[in-house]
Amino acid sequence: MGHGGGGQLSAELVQHLFLPAFGEAARTATPTDAHVLELGNGVRLAFSTDTYVVRPLFFPGGNIGELAVYGTVNDLAMRGAQPLALSTGFVLEEGLEMDVLGRIATSMGVAALNAGVQLVTGDTKVVERGHGDGVYINTAGIGLLPDGVDIRPERARPGDVVIVSGEIGLHGIAVLSLREGLEFGTELRSDTAPLNHLVAAMLAACADIHVLRDPTRGGLAASLCEIAETAQVGIEFEERSLPVPEAVRAACGFLGLDPIHVANEGKLVAFVAPDHADQVLAAMAATDVGSRSTVIGRVVEGHAGVVVARTGFGSTRIVDRPLGEQLPRIC
Amino acid sequence: MKYLDEFNDPALARSLFEQIDAAATKSWAIMEVCGGQTHSIIRNGIDQLLTDRVELIHGPGCPVCVTPLEMIDRALAIAARPNVLFTSFGDMLRVPGSRDDLFSVKAKGGDVRVVYSPLDAVNLAQEHPDKEVVFFGVGFETTAPANAMAVFQARERGLQNFSMLVSHVLVPPAIEALMTSPTSRVQGFLAAGHVCTVMGTRQYEPLAERYAVPIVVTGFEPLDVLDGIRRCVLQLEAGSSEVENAYPRAVRAEGNQPAQEMLARVFETCDRQWRGIGMIPMSGWRLKSEFAAFDAERRFDVGELSVSEPVRCRAGDVLQGVLKPDQCECFGKECTPRTPMGATMVSSEGACAAYFQYRRLDPPAAVRRG
Repeated sequence: MGHGGGGQLSAELVQHLFLPAFGEAARTATPTDAHVLELGNGVRLAFSTDTYVVRPLFFPGGNIGELAVYGTVNDLAMRGAQPLALSTGFVLEEGLEMDVLGRIATSMGVAALNAGVQLVTGDTKVVERGHGDGVYINTAGIGLLPDGVDIRPERARPGDVVIVSGEIGLHGIAVLSLREGLEFGTELRSDTAPLNHLVAAMLAACADIHVLRDPTRGGLAASLCEIAETAQVGIEFEERSLPVPEAVRAACGFLGLDPIHVANEGKLVAFVAPDHADQVLAAMAATDVGSRSTVIGRVVEGHAGVVVARTGFGSTRIVDRPLGEQLPRIC
Repeated sequence: MKYLDEFNDPALARSLFEQIDAAATKSWAIMEVCGGQTHSIIRNGIDQLLTDRVELIHGPGCPVCVTPLEMIDRALAIAARPNVLFTSFGDMLRVPGSRDDLFSVKAKGGDVRVVYSPLDAVNLAQEHPDKEVVFFGVGFETTAPANAMAVFQARERGLQNFSMLVSHVLVPPAIEALMTSPTSRVQGFLAAGHVCTVMGTRQYEPLAERYAVPIVVTGFEPLDVLDGIRRCVLQLEAGSSEVENAYPRAVRAEGNQPAQEMLARVFETCDRQWRGIGMIPMSGWRLKSEFAAFDAERRFDVGELSVSEPVRCRAGDVLQGVLKPDQCECFGKECTPRTPMGATMVSSEGACAAYFQYRRLDPPAAVRRG
């Protein structure tokens, strides 16, 4: 199970099983959110796919359908692409109520309109009762890359400023509290949202954004670790500058989880050159989804491939991506 | 809930570091008993920022780490049975048994589920009358009342299909074992705050007196830990050996009496093996004979278990504070959270896991012996 949790085990499965097994056929594959295809005449298409396995199907602030649309839109946006079209594939469990499926499909339509993307083709399969959690959704999407935009993890370099687009941990805790019937005083809502409009605003302020990542499964820690490893740079952030909502912090304290390991939706982390940081931050803060954007850290010389947190006390510690699934502790 | 920020305040922390520095005129070795405290210390770098004159020794208070291997193997054997729905706190799933862990039992088709409360397991038993629902009842005094309540509730509800695999351990006998061990260097203790929330502080008074050792009941946030250290150093410098409560917002001298009554109804003390440490007399709880019907050990005959611990694993030395995790030759090499040799590398409260997670790139700690 841990191999699907977005942590180290997921990455190893791709590295050690899929890529070697695919062999020559995966020669040009990129392990990033989306692959960029050069079509000649300067036309570049970003291409991405993702499969959505969410329990419960509906949670405060969203549902699996919305996630499936925004997830792939956001994967494209993390390369700087504006989404053009999405395919939708459904695996339905026998006995799923039509009404439930209808609500999911409706919210997919609304989500696609929000993101400004067309749902253009699809497929449906039904599996026997007991062989699925109601519905699994796969979406694949293509998007157009603006000229001059080159966003990928390899471009992180010492000096880059690291910005997150808002509060972290909301989605993971909202889903977890509903799934496990836990309540933490305040209702937490998932932050599911399309990020392509935010990215467009950022690119309008500065076309030379180095890296974008949406820290979904595995949380902010997984994204930062992946970028540090890919670019072979060190990343340092101030623990106290992380925007963690009080309710998320309380829930994490209670469950023994670290907010930086908790999944997010509708959030991104950006790496930009120090000279461009102010204008990008201002452009982000002027949008709805990015209104709480804030600088959390920097890319540094030294400790290549490793993310380090500076605590409020001035000590430092390594930040790891979670190994697999997050396990609540005993006491 | 603002408490988390308040108990992380950098200015207050600096002041406490300075007070400890000023108070410590000699070198002292203080053991934090609980793994939760160890993680708070390593995560926040408290031991790095502390004066060299105060050494923190990590204690055995990680319930996952000390659960005997034989009990883990028993759990694995029970969980693998076709009709069993095996429930546990998430922490136990990666703990290596002799050959396997609960994760692999689950991957091979065993019905293993993580629950947040033992009462959830009782509810599962009610919802699945055709299944044998077993809960893995491990932990210190902290988790014991809820486990006792679960067994009690199961009996009240007349459930025939619920049982508990009990492997509870107790802090005071462990402190006693440490103080009588010839290798122990411990001069003062930070007692585990949440254990004392349940049990109170009085049972520590005879220990403080007999071994002339200060015992400071301490919380888990960074400032709690620092304040515990400060008070312990002050006592050591003054030559006193009192039980002191540095966690009054959660601990009263008499503890939680309804919880203690429930414990006394359901459990009785017994000898217990501690993984890596050995047998400590009267250091555990087991179900009383009137609850024998709910004892998974009796209900499931798993035959003879032959346990085998990796020869080179030094988790026992780590648990007794004789060895720091990064002084072990396997640390970060053969032994990682992916390929753990001992439970201390997988538990969220294990000292080896804390060192691996937060500081595996540091040079190995210098061996400091008093």
